[in-house]
Amino acid sequence: MKTLDRKLLRDLWHMRGQAIAIALVIVSGVATFIMSLSTLHSLQLTQATFYQDYRFADVFVSLKRAPEALRARIAEIPGVDKVETRVVTQVNLDIEGFSDPVRGQVLSIPDEGESILNRLYLRQGRLVDSTRDREVVLTEAFAQAHGLKLGDSLHAIINGRRKALTIVGIVLSPEYIYQLGPGDLSPDFKHYGIMWMARKPLGTAYDMEDAFNDVVLTLFAGSQPEDVIDRLDDLLEPYGGLGAYEREDQISHRYLSEDFKQLGQMATIFPIIFLGVAAFLLNVAATRLISTQREQIAALKAFGYSNLDVGLHYQKLIIVVVLVGVVGGLGVGVWLGTGLSEIYMQFYRFPFLKYELQPGVVMAAVVVSVLAAVFGTSNAVRKAILLPPAEAMRPEPPAGYRQTLIERLGLQRMFSQPTRMIARHLERRPVKSLLSVAGIAFACAIMMVGRFQEDAIEYMVDVQFELAQRQDLTVTFVEPTSGRGLYELQSLQGVEHAEAFRVVPARLRFGHRSYRTSIQGIEPDGVLQRLLDAELKPIELPPAGVILTKHLSKMLGIRPGDLLTVEVLEGRRPVREVPVVALVKEYVGLSAYMERSALNRLMHEGNAISGVHLSADIRYESEIYTALKKTPRVAGTVARENAIRNLFDSFGDTLLIFTFVNTLLAGTIAFGVVYNSARIAVSERSRELASLRVLGFTRAEISYILLGELGALTLVAIPFGLVIGLGLCAYIASGLQTDLYRVPLILEPSTYAFAATVVLLSACISGLMVRRHLDHLDLVAVLKTKE
Amino acid sequence: MHTSTDSGNIVFQTLGLTKVYDMGEVQVHALRGVDMELYAGELVVLLGPSGSGKSTLLNILGGLDIPTDGKVIYRDHDLTRSTDRELTEYRRYHVGFVFQFYNLIPSLTACENVAVVTEIAKKPMRPEDALAIVGLNDRLDHFPAQLSGGEQQRVAIARAIAKNPTVLLCDEPTGALDSTTGIVVLEAIERVNRDLGTTTAVITHNAGIADMADRVMQLSDGLLAEQHRNKQKKSPQQLHW
Repeated sequence: MKTLDRKLLRDLWHMRGQAIAIALVIVSGVATFIMSLSTLHSLQLTQATFYQDYRFADVFVSLKRAPEALRARIAEIPGVDKVETRVVTQVNLDIEGFSDPVRGQVLSIPDEGESILNRLYLRQGRLVDSTRDREVVLTEAFAQAHGLKLGDSLHAIINGRRKALTIVGIVLSPEYIYQLGPGDLSPDFKHYGIMWMARKPLGTAYDMEDAFNDVVLTLFAGSQPEDVIDRLDDLLEPYGGLGAYEREDQISHRYLSEDFKQLGQMATIFPIIFLGVAAFLLNVAATRLISTQREQIAALKAFGYSNLDVGLHYQKLIIVVVLVGVVGGLGVGVWLGTGLSEIYMQFYRFPFLKYELQPGVVMAAVVVSVLAAVFGTSNAVRKAILLPPAEAMRPEPPAGYRQTLIERLGLQRMFSQPTRMIARHLERRPVKSLLSVAGIAFACAIMMVGRFQEDAIEYMVDVQFELAQRQDLTVTFVEPTSGRGLYELQSLQGVEHAEAFRVVPARLRFGHRSYRTSIQGIEPDGVLQRLLDAELKPIELPPAGVILTKHLSKMLGIRPGDLLTVEVLEGRRPVREVPVVALVKEYVGLSAYMERSALNRLMHEGNAISGVHLSADIRYESEIYTALKKTPRVAGTVARENAIRNLFDSFGDTLLIFTFVNTLLAGTIAFGVVYNSARIAVSERSRELASLRVLGFTRAEISYILLGELGALTLVAIPFGLVIGLGLCAYIASGLQTDLYRVPLILEPSTYAFAATVVLLSACISGLMVRRHLDHLDLVAVLKTKE
Repeated sequence: MHTSTDSGNIVFQTLGLTKVYDMGEVQVHALRGVDMELYAGELVVLLGPSGSGKSTLLNILGGLDIPTDGKVIYRDHDLTRSTDRELTEYRRYHVGFVFQFYNLIPSLTACENVAVVTEIAKKPMRPEDALAIVGLNDRLDHFPAQLSGGEQQRVAIARAIAKNPTVLLCDEPTGALDSTTGIVVLEAIERVNRDLGTTTAVITHNAGIADMADRVMQLSDGLLAEQHRNKQKKSPQQLHW
């Protein structure tokens, strides 16, 4: 090893506290980078492999009923590769020992034995035998949620008839990687199950022998999906087609894509902040190191080391710190990445996870970190390079101070001498002070990001379930039913209040933009389901016209007063022009609303309802569930309690982990910045402070001079941090505005307080660590060494 | 004035050497036209009070600084016209420096402090041998903080001579030392000059040291005020101040 390298190692050891603090910040940056990118790539790879191996379809469409003969005509559409027709139905399930209502979706498996598209990955058992009509295969998530095993049976209400089904297989499907029940906010494996039966028994039960109500297809490479979709819609229109859509709009795929987008976002924002802060800290530390080693630099140059040699020497030192951080970050990143992937695997049902760390990601982490450090420290290193040896031989001239603004304003009498020292010191190097403030502020901001999701979800739940949808139960019918259905349910024991609703699938069109959703007809004076305006006040439902979710109006480019074209996708499929009369604020889904009787008129139907919202006495819960299960017309029941609990169950752990990780990360930055500033302040000013001690200042007093400065920086930084945090959260929220959900920018006061507290605590801890150095200040030695 | 006329032995020659420092509003004239020569193998003491320009002169001779005006000829090289790279090379292969405050690298041991220089030199001696010359062969693995001031300065001398330099330039080598320790250091310098024949220039404000020189130059206010040759060179032990 060269002697200079030995010097480098010893210098590093000497400044190990600072080096570790900086390396930790780099660890955080690299770890978040590696964690998000490796998870993202792994999930994408897993998804792609699963899609390809199990032939995930390109185009999807549901319809009312079409004869099997139509399949050949679908296959003839130019661009279509493979076609699979299916029977898909919603059912109610009855699982022994579980009284809650459970909904399910049953899909058909071709009688020939295996699907050609959206094939099933068999985890256990076998696929169904078409000659036996009571066999079923379940998704793994549902089976696990209820502890169902091969050979167990469960009951399904199939077309009004209760049927016992035997589980012969446990499967996974590329179509249901993310299993979200209709209207649900989060996957609820206990209350919503997906299963497959042989085509024949299912078709027989639903009057679909030689007929189908669902089609999936793949396209030849290079064909235009839009053209295929147009032709398919034309072809299926007479058969009650509900509008074909591409893979991009398939619900499971959509959620995956959104999460992937978020991971990508995380892979940029956090590393940028961390590496930015690390670069700043490195610059401060390197500048200080170089200024304390002025004479060493002069000596090296005097002995014939070139400017380049000296520059490289310090650059190497910086790169060693960075590489330590990168290696640590790689380890932590892989550890967090596997953990995060496991969390995702709870939501996403992949048959396997190919977690792998791509060499490209590692390379990127190394290159980005080293570049950030080299760029960040270029100024300090340049100083070492340009330092003329003859000048370096002389001690640095005393730092130039001047009176601060406060003093120039004549307010100095309000401040003690030590406080003036603090102020002058801060004002002397405004850029450094500002950057320190920025670093601490970012710590505060990151802390807020960690809590933001929790706040937003709690708020969304509050709005959704406390203000807008206040029913305890929502019952949907298999088919639109006469208004009498309402009275039947109202008369159930324990039901306190009931409100009917009508839901009609429709394509909404304005100009050249359109969106496929449903129009909900609700009661004008409803107390259970209410529409809210931007101030969360209930909107009075106008007798005519349609009310749109704000985001939907934005997507369609329509405003209140404009005429919306409604193409109903049910019954006689009327097409009507309806004025938009108001907009509502909603965080989940994109719906359109009308008064129920207005919707009935639009549909040319009588007093038809699709379902009923109920509020009920909790004591009669199980009686009501039992009664509903026995009611043939009921397609499904959703309990609000379950929906809320499930939402928190599924996100709770994740949020907790995120908050914990973010707290650590934010603490790292706060600690890194404050500790570094403090250590440097000690090194720069120990002489001055020791002189003060000699003059009779107490330890507390000199600590005040030094730590007061850091305290001032921290206190100034916190409000900035809160503002930056708000901005970061706003940026993250802006990425979470989709037609699936819109996360509002909500930050509770407790979040601000929490962020500020974490930063203050980190600052205090680093302050205390430095205070130790002050207590051990060797007065005589400090005064003896030459400046 | 000097007696030696053998210009072939001239190591350094300066002509009208001038150095002006621009200190913002004031200009400091550190050197105001110095003409001098240094001959091979001699030990010269440059005397002068602080501010007389002696450090500036030494820095320019050592290629650490460039004059505002005038010329410095090192053998047949004009240092004033050298590039930064050439000056670095000049320092690397030809000059040994000893500083008032030693300028040792605190994170390196005595031996390593010497090695840091020998590693980049052309035909260096072994660091251990260099330290032996200054009598420190039992202190190889001590860090500067574990050495006394005199020992540190001797390490600095070992470091300076380890590369077998043509010239040894010492800037107040005893300035930070008490006289007893200072004499030990001067002995080391004298031994190097005598045994290795290294041309040596020592600058000091301490007139007591002048007696060990072959030649003494007196600088005052940026000018070479006086120079004389010692008839009787004293050994460092005979000096006192």
